[in-house]
Amino acid sequence: MVLYTNQTKTANMFKQFIELQWKSFFRSSSMGKGLILKLLMGFFAIYILAILVLTGGGLYFLLKKIFPEASPMWTLSQYMVYWVLAELFFRYFMQKLPVMDIKPLLLLPIKKSTIAHYILARSGVSAYNLMALFFFIPFGMVLLYQGYAPINVMVWLVSILGVVLSINYINFLVNKSEKALILIGGSIILLLALDYFEIWSVTALFGPIFHGLYAYPFTVFIPLALALLAYVVNFSFLKDRISLDQSLRTKKTEAKASDLTWTKRFGDMAPFLQLDLKLIWRNKRTKTQVFISLLFVFYGLIFYTQEVYAQMYSIYAFLGILMTGIFLTNFGQFIPAWDSAYYNLMMAQNIPLRKYLESKVLLISVSVVVMFLLTIPYAYFGWDVLAINFATALYNLGVNIPVILFFGSFNKKRIDLDKSPFGNMQGTSATQFLIILPILGLPILLFSGLYFLFSLEVAVIALSLLGIAGLALRTKLAHLITQQYHTKKHGMIAGFKEKNG
Amino acid sequence: MITVENLTKTYASQTVLDLEHLEIPRGQSFGLVGNNGAGKTTFFSLMLDLIRPSSGNIINNGIQVNTSEAWKPFTSAFIDESFLIGYLTPEEYFYFVGELRGRNKADVDALLARFQDFFHGEILGQKKYLRDLSKGNQKKAGIVASFIGKPEVVILDEPFANLDPTTQIRLKSIIKELTQNKEVTVLISSHDLMHVTEVCERIVVLNKGKIVKDMATSDQTLKELEAFFAG
Repeated sequence: MVLYTNQTKTANMFKQFIELQWKSFFRSSSMGKGLILKLLMGFFAIYILAILVLTGGGLYFLLKKIFPEASPMWTLSQYMVYWVLAELFFRYFMQKLPVMDIKPLLLLPIKKSTIAHYILARSGVSAYNLMALFFFIPFGMVLLYQGYAPINVMVWLVSILGVVLSINYINFLVNKSEKALILIGGSIILLLALDYFEIWSVTALFGPIFHGLYAYPFTVFIPLALALLAYVVNFSFLKDRISLDQSLRTKKTEAKASDLTWTKRFGDMAPFLQLDLKLIWRNKRTKTQVFISLLFVFYGLIFYTQEVYAQMYSIYAFLGILMTGIFLTNFGQFIPAWDSAYYNLMMAQNIPLRKYLESKVLLISVSVVVMFLLTIPYAYFGWDVLAINFATALYNLGVNIPVILFFGSFNKKRIDLDKSPFGNMQGTSATQFLIILPILGLPILLFSGLYFLFSLEVAVIALSLLGIAGLALRTKLAHLITQQYHTKKHGMIAGFKEKNG
Repeated sequence: MITVENLTKTYASQTVLDLEHLEIPRGQSFGLVGNNGAGKTTFFSLMLDLIRPSSGNIINNGIQVNTSEAWKPFTSAFIDESFLIGYLTPEEYFYFVGELRGRNKADVDALLARFQDFFHGEILGQKKYLRDLSKGNQKKAGIVASFIGKPEVVILDEPFANLDPTTQIRLKSIIKELTQNKEVTVLISSHDLMHVTEVCERIVVLNKGKIVKDMATSDQTLKELEAFFAG
């Protein structure tokens, strides 16, 4: 009897928690965002789901085509170890236990174990887990349709759910230290290398293990038990630590003073340049932007290596603009919102706005040049690639930098730098999507038009000339943009003050 | 030093500030008191051109603040945490402000040395970013930063709030010292009537955006203010 009342109590508590969650979602400021942004985000979500369902459904046929001798289930099982590791790797960045949300609950008469169960249960239905199911369930349905044993397939799907949940809870256990990340990342690279150079077949080892989940339905208990175990370990860990002073306190990193005296050579710009470099290096979101930008160098590999895209110069122009301008778009579109937390200081202090903006220009220019230098090896795929990348880099330098700074003056959304970087839409408004059009679309349109009307040479020279013209006029443009920032000043200050923007 | 003429600020239909005329001479320590919503921060924000006046203007040392930026070199302020750069250490922040005001590291270090007492060993050399300091310590850093570069006008919004008693007492002597030569004009707002009457030679009371009292500080001022606010 006592047990029974306790259970209903807990169930009630859970119901209340879920209601809270519901309210926090629908009353969050992001729900109040502009209609266009909401629509775009909705479309994006549907797009992702559709991609997942389609690839999940099409995977059977794809695998059948690539490996006609083997059963697709067997092939998939061979590569599942990589899926597990990759999920762990990405979740390390993206998924954190939502401990901060429960701070207000601590002072209420709620058992700590109930709170712990609640946070853990909530993470079980997170979007990351659902995404995997959206992929595997269509695959399972195709399997059924193809005459695989229904019981095996059904139980296999349950096993997959177990694996997903295991990943979910193991992630919370390991993501406390960066060592785990290095270990996971390292093992992915190591295993891939072992496989690729045929030193030791990883797939041959793990293939049968994962295939066993399908072949022997009773093994379903293994992933489920693993998930349960990970849950219990998480629970016992969490229960003892739910108090204001311990794990809930945001971590304080030891400040590392950095000596950036080499920036002195940039004269008046030096203090701002130093500030920008510290801004990028000491805040998660900006730091991630840099890494993502660097990774984009490899974007070209996807296209240049494929025959289908050979000589499709519009695609090449797109690649050139994107690869040399990735930091420009990623970082530049949020200027000056990066400084929103202390924008009052910037406006009240003895700061010439011009110098402030010029320092940003310098920083982005350096990024464009660096990205161009990194793309030089693509000359391997033809000199035309190099020529196009050079022209697009010039265009980015001369035209796109002023354009993005100009649009920056329309930014009115605050960015809190210490918020997590992934899936963080803070600071985003419809402006951000509109910026992409002139930045990416215009040069590609221009390039393609000239290419089809005249020739590749004309298109390349035109983009380069536009870039050079922009560079030649840069003092004039800088003046215009500074004027624009002056006129928009008060609106920006007011906008950046709104914490829930 | 500072002349305010017909200054108003209106949001929608609500007038939050309406100052017909206000004159603050050079070197005065000027205290602004008033309940929440009286318009104190609005006035300071207008002084710094952070918001646009609905009408009228402020002349700071001959410069109209909403049309020229020439007041910036000799005016400094600490209003709230939006004047702090969270990802810098206090030292880096001081040096940054120093650079903006044409002071090199040695100048800034010399100035900081005078505030050792005020910092109470909690600001310098802590290997912490400003965002990780407590509210009180953040405030100390912000206030001291506003003294960098020999400003002629210093604006401090609620400088005593969030400070511990020892620091409040030290801040009072710092402000007195700052104004004793009658060279630096200091504008302070406060909810603490005792502190503000102690450090300011003139007190202006704002109520719903209007000046309702303007008095030179004397022994009677505190009593008078208390009587006024008791309603």
